[in-house]
Amino acid sequence: MSTWRPDIKELARKEMQTRPFESGHRLCAGCGAPIIIRQIMMAARKPVVFVNATGCVEVATSIFPYTSWNVPWAHNAFENAAAVGSGIEAARKKLFMAKRFENDPDVELDYDVVVLGGDGGTYDIGLQAISGAFERGDKILYVLYDNEAYMNTGIQRSGGTPFGARTTTTPVGSVIKGKVQFKKPIVDIMVAHRIPYAATVSSAYWNDALVKFRKGFEAEGPVFIHAFSTCPLGWGSETAETVKIMKLAVETCVFPLYEVENGQYKLTGPSLAIAKNPDRKKPVEEYLKLQARFRHMFRPENKWMLERFQEWVDREWELLLKKAGF
Amino acid sequence: MCMAILKKVEQTMMALNGDEAVAWAVKQSNVDVVSAYPITPQTIIVERISEFVNNGEMDAEFIHVESEHSALSAAWGAALAGARAFTATAANGLALMWEILYITASTRTPVVMAVVNRALSAPINIHNDHSDTMGARDSGWIQIYSEDAQEAYDNTIMAFRIAEESLFPVMVTLDGFTISHTLQNVSVLPDDVVSEFVGVRRIPRIKLPRIHGDKEIPLMLNPKYPITFGPLDLYDYYFEHKVQQNEAMKETFPIIERVHREFGEISGRSYDPVFMVPYRTEDADVVILGLSSTMSVVRKIVDDLRSEGKKVGAIRLRVFRPFPADHLRKELSEFHAVGVLDRCISFGGEGGPLFTEVRSALYGLPSRPIVHDYIYGLGGRDLPHSLIRKIYEELLSARAEPEVPVVRYVGVRE
Repeated sequence: MSTWRPDIKELARKEMQTRPFESGHRLCAGCGAPIIIRQIMMAARKPVVFVNATGCVEVATSIFPYTSWNVPWAHNAFENAAAVGSGIEAARKKLFMAKRFENDPDVELDYDVVVLGGDGGTYDIGLQAISGAFERGDKILYVLYDNEAYMNTGIQRSGGTPFGARTTTTPVGSVIKGKVQFKKPIVDIMVAHRIPYAATVSSAYWNDALVKFRKGFEAEGPVFIHAFSTCPLGWGSETAETVKIMKLAVETCVFPLYEVENGQYKLTGPSLAIAKNPDRKKPVEEYLKLQARFRHMFRPENKWMLERFQEWVDREWELLLKKAGF
Repeated sequence: MCMAILKKVEQTMMALNGDEAVAWAVKQSNVDVVSAYPITPQTIIVERISEFVNNGEMDAEFIHVESEHSALSAAWGAALAGARAFTATAANGLALMWEILYITASTRTPVVMAVVNRALSAPINIHNDHSDTMGARDSGWIQIYSEDAQEAYDNTIMAFRIAEESLFPVMVTLDGFTISHTLQNVSVLPDDVVSEFVGVRRIPRIKLPRIHGDKEIPLMLNPKYPITFGPLDLYDYYFEHKVQQNEAMKETFPIIERVHREFGEISGRSYDPVFMVPYRTEDADVVILGLSSTMSVVRKIVDDLRSEGKKVGAIRLRVFRPFPADHLRKELSEFHAVGVLDRCISFGGEGGPLFTEVRSALYGLPSRPIVHDYIYGLGGRDLPHSLIRKIYEELLSARAEPEVPVVRYVGVRE
């Protein structure tokens, strides 16, 4: 796979010239999603066509008559972004092979299809369409920006919401305190489709993220990239601490960084360093305490929640270490 | 039922059922992408197309999607990326596509879809009625109802032209089993004639002055000239866009007519008038108005009653959306009574969807016929000759009395 290494200065210069994703969009201050979008664009090897599931990014970047997108961009519905991506890729392939627009200088058919969905559109309502596209082997780069709840509709729980988190549909009540279940293991589910490449990225580690996005573009077949995305509004975090939180998620192993090439798990970046030197693994409290959605877990009577959270992280981390050959 | 006019090209007579006739039309129409999920009674369409693609007889990408929802979503994506896209469905499959029906139409994406009419669950029933497409009547698709396999073939070919010239998606319907699974002699045009008639998908060019200046750019997903499709559109523009969409739909009437006329010139099969086909109506007192395959039986009864000296006629509506209200007012105003056949029930409504539209169209006229609704054939229930005769007899003796119920069931056990 790719030997491409990003040169941040060169990429920044290119971005300023082409401005594929304009400033002035209406995503919240401190939102992780626009950083992910810019990193995808920086890692692109060809022109891209973007498909966006319904969600925060879609509504905040395309309010008619404005648009933040200097690339072709299509939004259809919440649960079908992967299927739309399949249709675009099939059309691109067919028209390209048939040389349909060969003599039209105004049309470019050599592009990559990026599908962007939030956790709701991926873990939950969109899972079927993604599974269908992956089973068929359609060449799409599917990026999940996971801000761990349905933020667009007002912070309701999703299959990606972590244990204990306060959302508007998992409030901290006198009987039930926050979300009862743990996060769905979405990457494992996607890897089970035998796709050639899957990875997790945290934008705080831009080099790691860019290389993975580029590998995703270059893979022969469908790709799944799970991008971690801080949401200050939904998480009750400081806007200035977005990158810090994205780092802490990795350092505490709440969101480890790894890639899966043809079924082979491989830890990357700081997660690989932690695997080699377990003393570097930080306790989950350091990550959780920066977010109001977990505040109730720090009350003395809810100490068990912190313990359960830590147990889950440890167990998942151990499983991952085994898969990655440690 | 189409009138034969001057035959321009040699055609092959093939024994095809309605589904196969649609598949054959798709094969000949330079379709680039087919995405579909099988559902009875539509399955034969996607099976035949799969055979054509796998045998190299048809150069298209076939996306084997995992649901009807994805079938239309993928067809939408393909059409937006510049391809000619086709899908097919029926009943619950169409219901599963419901939200994407609106999105396809409202983004003005010219997808063509065959819908093999079938009753909606529950209880589950695989046979014909029109509750599926009537449920989709407000979604912004052009709807053309076929009377037989020949028409299903012809309509499918014409649908690609109509869709791409109007930028509206088109639904071609055929009655489940009655047409879809019944063998019929179908005149099939030579491949090259159809190919020339439909051409390859042409992409319209538009101006987006604020983004791309004076340049006329292709209306498609294209990195050379990026366009944002399917944005958020709130109360400051949404209403205007919907009104524009409705106005644009009315402008499809001449497009639909022109494509039919041009098709008549190559095929020798004239669909004139396009929107409704009258039968022995010149001096008729009463007519039955309905859709699709049932009307061929109704015409037989018209002949029988005419031989008995009764002044009856029939009118088959071919295009239900856009609704040809002006044509209908001209056609129907002089009759004593009109019986509308609705193969669909509108729960809690004042009659079926065809009836309410027809009566609404006629209401403003100074002199108008009595209009009765006959709901029939739900879930594939037969409509025997005797009952059609009975409808005509009722219409011939109909009186405008407010206390008489205007909505009746035909062929239901009491």
